[in-house]
Amino acid sequence: MTVALLIEYIIKSVLILAVMTAGFAYVTYYERKTLARMQSRIGPNRAGPWGIFQPVADGVKLIFKEELIPKDADKLLFLLAPVITVIPALIITAVVPWGREITLFGRQIHLYLADVNIAVLYLSAIASISVYGIVLAGWSSNNKYAMMGGLRSTAQMISYELTLGLSLVSVTLLAGSMSLVDIVETQGAHGFLGWIVWNLQQPLGFILFMIAGLAETNRAPFDLPEAEHELTAGYHTEYSGMKFAMFYMAEYIKIIAVSMIAATLFLGGYLGPFLDQLPWLGPIYLFIKTVIVIFLFIWIRATWPRFRYDRLMAFGWKVMLPLGFLNMLIAGIITVLRGG
Amino acid sequence: MFIIELLKGLWVVLRTMFEKPVTYQYPEVKRPVRPRFKGRHNLHRYDNGLEKCIGCSLCAAACPSDAIFVESAENTDEQRYSPGERYASTYEINMLRCIFCGYCEDACPTEAIVLGDNYELSFYERRQAIYTKEMLIMPVPPGGKPTPQKVEPGKFNRSIPVMENPAD
Repeated sequence: MTVALLIEYIIKSVLILAVMTAGFAYVTYYERKTLARMQSRIGPNRAGPWGIFQPVADGVKLIFKEELIPKDADKLLFLLAPVITVIPALIITAVVPWGREITLFGRQIHLYLADVNIAVLYLSAIASISVYGIVLAGWSSNNKYAMMGGLRSTAQMISYELTLGLSLVSVTLLAGSMSLVDIVETQGAHGFLGWIVWNLQQPLGFILFMIAGLAETNRAPFDLPEAEHELTAGYHTEYSGMKFAMFYMAEYIKIIAVSMIAATLFLGGYLGPFLDQLPWLGPIYLFIKTVIVIFLFIWIRATWPRFRYDRLMAFGWKVMLPLGFLNMLIAGIITVLRGG
Repeated sequence: MFIIELLKGLWVVLRTMFEKPVTYQYPEVKRPVRPRFKGRHNLHRYDNGLEKCIGCSLCAAACPSDAIFVESAENTDEQRYSPGERYASTYEINMLRCIFCGYCEDACPTEAIVLGDNYELSFYERRQAIYTKEMLIMPVPPGGKPTPQKVEPGKFNRSIPVMENPAD
């Protein structure tokens, strides 16, 4: 490994962290604006033109808030929990490719941090870690509402992770590879028509992935861990200031991550017209697709009411899981028939 | 089928997104108040500048939350504030206690206290919530003179004016 390669990796890593953190700030703005318009309001419009500095103002406010630690809290875990939650959210997109190759300063640069051959496994592994952060946050706060929120969250995330995993398995089966670069290239192998065929092979896949993704990110209608009127604020009841901001950050970064992964697995990732002539378009296509998927998240939040807890569990185990198996079966049959 | 209902819901939300927002940009654009809106009180004056309030304390008696405090003093023809014998030397309303019921307005025999349309009553300290006579009284109308006035004797003996039925 040459020094130049090392520098390239460092630059890419910093870029991912920066994009995800800045993305977090502007996803909150995007969500507030879109939600406001869906409710016939205007939304934040005071800080800067059209309120574009609203995330900055929110951040400054949170920094100056008092940091409270409950008297009987487990201090170490209480401080560690937000970190455990936010780190997986930040690093999960490391395997998501943003484009093909570009030439910069006479170097061939791949537009991805790592083309791991077990990328899909990496995704599900990292996604599971953030559950620890949430359950530890709930437990270490020494607060019954936080505890309940943490428990609910754990049960919910573990239940829906199965479905998430199954929809990932069917994608892997069809692409014949666990590398996200290969999955994207398989979708684009036969042009736009090939992409439509790709999604016709797994009609359930995208829907299952989106529903499981909503549950994984604790978004409405699956936002039970933080059901305000039942659990005050759920697992982050006792958190304030920057520690709360980190949970908030983790939640929104996970939305970006799930949207990016959905765009990569089902919507063709960085693929789009004129990509061969202009490889710079790759990240732009991925960005547009991610924004569309995030819009879907916000749209669903603005519309559907929250599930009841027992129904959430029943839905997860009795509907989502069998459908996930069915989807996997379809993918398997197609793969066998194709002779793959 | 509940899925159709769910999709209908999504469609309604998406349609709403392209409607005009109903927001009033508050500090710049204010919603007009209704004609009978009950906001901050005003102490009115006659056209010649004399105060309508005669310091009778009926408003304080009518007030259900005991927000009004009135102290009255004697009028003389040398120093005349209002028609009749007495005027309010102190008139205070505690805006933290006031519930804007308008009973003071109903009780007033001279239509001196009228609830206006100012609803922007906010303060940093509790003491600032007490609105004094200087804050509540209307400015002297054009052609009138400020109080106390020096008037010719025997002209302003009657403290209750002749009143008509309210138009509104």
